Amino acid sequence: MDVFLQQLINGITLGSIYGLIAIGYTMVYGIIGMVNFAHGDVFMVSAFFALIAFLVLTSWIGIGSVALALLIVLLVSMVLTGLLNWAIERLAYRPLRGSFRLAPLISAIGMSIFLSNFVQVAQGPRNKSIPPLLRGEFVLSDAGGYVVALSYKQIVVWVVTALLLAGFWYVVRYTPLGRAQRACEQDQKMAALLGVDVDRTVAITFVLGAALAAVAGTMYLMYYGVISFADGFTPGVKAFTAAVLGGIGSLPGAVIGGLLIGIVETMWSAYFSIDYKDVAAFSILAITLIFLPQGLLGRPEVEKV
Amino acid sequence: MTEPAPILLEVDHLTMRFGGLVAIDQLSFSTRRGEITALIGPNGAGKTTVFNCITGFYKPTEGRIAIVHGEPQMWEELDALTLKGDRKLALANGALFLLERMPDYLVSRQAKVARTFQNIRLFSGMTVLENLLIAQHNPLMHASGFTLLGVLGIGGYGKAERAAVEKARHWLELTDLIDRADDPAGALPYGAQRRLEIARAMCTDPVLLCLDEPAAGLNPRESAALNELILTIRDRHDTSVLLIEHDMSVVMEISDHVVVLDYGVKIADGRPEEVRNDAKVIAAYLGVADEEVEAAEAEVGL
Amino acid sequence: MATQQVSIDDATREAGGGAVRRAVKDAAIWGLVALGVLGPLVGLHAVQDIRGFLRLDGRWGLLAVLVGLVVAGSLFGSLVVEPWKERRARTRPKAHPLAERARVGFGRWFPPVAIAFVAVYPFLALWLTGFSGSIKWIDNFGIQILIYVMLGFGLNIVVGLAGLLDLGYVAFYAVGAYSTALLAKEFGLSFFTLLPLAGIFAALWGIMLGFPVLRLRGDYLAIVTLAFGEIIRLVLINWVPVTNGYAGISGIPRPTFFGIPFTASSTGFAKTFGLAYSPIYRGIFLYYIILALALLTAWVTVRLRRLPIGRAWEALREDEIACRSLGINTTNTKLTAFAIGAMFGGFAGSFFATRQGFISPESFTFMESATIVAIVVLGGMGSQIGVAVAAVAMIGGTELLRELDFLKAIFGSAFDPTQYRMLLFGFAMVLIMIWKPRGLISTRSPSVFLKERRAVSGSLVGEGRG
Ligand SMILES: Nc1ncnc2c1ncn2[C@@H]1O[C@H](COP(=O)(O)OP(=O)(O)OP(=O)(O)O)[C@@H](O)[C@H]1O
Ligand SMILES: [Mg+2]
Repeated sequence: MDVFLQQLINGITLGSIYGLIAIGYTMVYGIIGMVNFAHGDVFMVSAFFALIAFLVLTSWIGIGSVALALLIVLLVSMVLTGLLNWAIERLAYRPLRGSFRLAPLISAIGMSIFLSNFVQVAQGPRNKSIPPLLRGEFVLSDAGGYVVALSYKQIVVWVVTALLLAGFWYVVRYTPLGRAQRACEQDQKMAALLGVDVDRTVAITFVLGAALAAVAGTMYLMYYGVISFADGFTPGVKAFTAAVLGGIGSLPGAVIGGLLIGIVETMWSAYFSIDYKDVAAFSILAITLIFLPQGLLGRPEVEKV
Repeated sequence: MTEPAPILLEVDHLTMRFGGLVAIDQLSFSTRRGEITALIGPNGAGKTTVFNCITGFYKPTEGRIAIVHGEPQMWEELDALTLKGDRKLALANGALFLLERMPDYLVSRQAKVARTFQNIRLFSGMTVLENLLIAQHNPLMHASGFTLLGVLGIGGYGKAERAAVEKARHWLELTDLIDRADDPAGALPYGAQRRLEIARAMCTDPVLLCLDEPAAGLNPRESAALNELILTIRDRHDTSVLLIEHDMSVVMEISDHVVVLDYGVKIADGRPEEVRNDAKVIAAYLGVADEEVEAAEAEVGL
Repeated sequence: MATQQVSIDDATREAGGGAVRRAVKDAAIWGLVALGVLGPLVGLHAVQDIRGFLRLDGRWGLLAVLVGLVVAGSLFGSLVVEPWKERRARTRPKAHPLAERARVGFGRWFPPVAIAFVAVYPFLALWLTGFSGSIKWIDNFGIQILIYVMLGFGLNIVVGLAGLLDLGYVAFYAVGAYSTALLAKEFGLSFFTLLPLAGIFAALWGIMLGFPVLRLRGDYLAIVTLAFGEIIRLVLINWVPVTNGYAGISGIPRPTFFGIPFTASSTGFAKTFGLAYSPIYRGIFLYYIILALALLTAWVTVRLRRLPIGRAWEALREDEIACRSLGINTTNTKLTAFAIGAMFGGFAGSFFATRQGFISPESFTFMESATIVAIVVLGGMGSQIGVAVAAVAMIGGTELLRELDFLKAIFGSAFDPTQYRMLLFGFAMVLIMIWKPRGLISTRSPSVFLKERRAVSGSLVGEGRG
């Protein structure tokens, strides 16, 4: 039971990160029907932005307060990652909009390869680690020698994720931007005819997705304390898995999918074998899709004949 | 009239619900061999849904759809087959199929029901001739020894393909598409695409051809040619036709029997001239709102 | 869409002045974006100092150069490329009939010429670069490219013809390689016995994986195949007793020339034929094996395309519902495409194992699947010529980058051109897609004709939903 509780805490933390990334996939898919394969690498780059901002703050400017530093790092990373994704959309995807279905996918795969190798060349292939932040934890139970603890870092991840998700939810639900997004999702041509600036809406979608990925990237860096150029692929694929599991196109689905994948992964590591945790995550995906092809919260696809 | 032709297809208490929407409600009708049956009704009446149920694309919520090949005596087996839970019964003198139990591709392959689509579905990147050969997939597949022999060039695949091309040529001539045989289907003008879809359906050798609004978007000359084509299919190819059509001139001119649907309910069933004068049909087509139907009926004296 | 808008805007502006002002503004925006993104990534370098702590080094010169390049690129784009595109669109409104004919002619003469060239290629390489120099050209280039050509041909059946996006094709390559390695080591079977077995195993895996997932459509199929690819790789990593995990399997027997091994021993190939020993003989032998396999794949695909099954695959890509209405069992049809594609992947894997003599899970990552899909799409879905050309360009091109040692003379000896290999690979993928979204060869050649075979324009050809 204690193991379960601890793994649940760990799983929710990991799942929050997956969920944040998954939203980027699901939003882009919803609006232009494209699997943005480079999104995992955008997440990785955002962690590098956070890393460098952190180093600037601590070693050059010498900020003492960890909370303030984290907040600035988070904002910087969100802005820069948003900028990056805006540029990617303009250069690699917009020229391909409305053309052959696989063209943007291949372009995105190319972009993913480009990004990870760019970071490798620019920042070197080694892992980059920062000194541990926010040491300390709440001990929830200490029965029989097994300590169940909720660390400060985990609390930060939970709180930041929850706050940003709430803000984000407000944006897409209640602002004209969100309405434009939903209109483009339904029918781009019609939305354009009714005066929605489709290009702009798509661009903002990419920027928002990137900003959430940057939150995930910053949290990842803070939580694990280490990042490398190759760290985009696996979380990216898992987050995409989460988006599909939750029902691609559905925002709550992405979060729930992310949490599920995170929890399955940590539970599997604790109870079965840590080696096969990824196999478990992917198997769950395959099984869900086979029996529930539209995912947990996705709209079933009606085959209109 | 002389003795009516034997029944080919029987739709029995067919109901199709989509969530709360009842698209078809307890619909029963039948079509006879060698006849053209028209299925008409206002937009959204459920006509296409009936086709989708017959051809296996939708599984009806309730009801039975049966078709008989060969001797009409096969109909006597209907209830036994229904109870038995099987989907087909093949005897020496004919066969009986329960379409609602069959997957879509078997409806075409075994029960020999072919269809066209309201929004044309051609293989647009393939040529007209290729479209017609794909329609003969199953016999050609046999001839190619399920690919194994065909790859090695053993067996009579070449001959079978030549025969298939001949059959395609026959239909291309009938549909006046022979000059476009090597053009991609997607490059044809609209009317030609409609004709090609019919030719493609006919290449599966159907006993029943279901046409979903074949005259939609055709000009009067094309429409007249289409009437000729449908009549030819009925008279010379031993294929009965089930036709959805909005163009009343087409319906009245070529159909032998008309079924009228409104909001999924059958409101009339009979020969064209009977249906034409049916008050409920007029009311439905005049587009009176639901609550005014009774008033309208009273007005026209029902 | 964006270019159109720009050109309309430009037309409404009076003359060049507005366009220039606009171009400068765009360039300034791009410059700022580049500064924002590259500033931290390039301008600041996080390096580890001796104590293991990270420290930041400024690289302002490099940053300035890159931002300058971005600005220049933006100016070039809006002042040169855009007007040029516009002019071209105006002067050549429709596809030229002559160009069309030239393309069909190309399809006719190119394959025999290409086959003749690859048939003599090893001897050409020997003649031009001598015994020791040619190993690189035959092995790193020839064999490597041909493996990808073969994989491309195999996946082309699934993605190009049947329109099913398979992002886990590497799984079948891995099945072929591991089954060859394990059976060879366990039972001492020879490569030529194992080759067909590997194909059969891969095809069975294809059927097993395909059966549950082929009902899925579009991107769902893509992600499930990706997941299966990853699962197989992870199992290879973790099932140590059988696969030896990360360490991989080494000592896989190499193929022999009708029983004569390519060794320096007295019974080896060189001695038997009275030649001086050289590893090049094995290289040439392997080259011809993979060439034969690739040609076999191509030949089978050409045959299949003209059989009902091949036509059904293409029809499936065009419109699945119409297929079902014509009595085609779409599940079986997809499954055969999947299985046959998998079989060729298995052949290629088997060859890979015997060529390397060593395999490990490293060789079967998602990157491999992505590369193969990219080759198929870049080549033009369904076109074998296109796939071959794309494989040569992408694989040959990245291999060539290994050869750029002379750049060291320019940029100093610390400069390592090979690390830019994958960077440029990814960049090229993006550029080619923007340049030709439907791939190098987008026209489709009909499988049968009544009077005359005319190529079908790519814009009409379907792209598949599965
Ligand atoms: N797959 C589906 N899911 C949900 N509702 C459906 C589906 N197919 C049809 N309907 C609904 O069933 C009703 C009947 O539709 P149907 O297409 O059969 O009409 P129709 O008579 O063919 O009309 P039209 O003349 O416009 O073609 C409509 O209200 C339609 O929205
Ligand atoms: Mg309809």
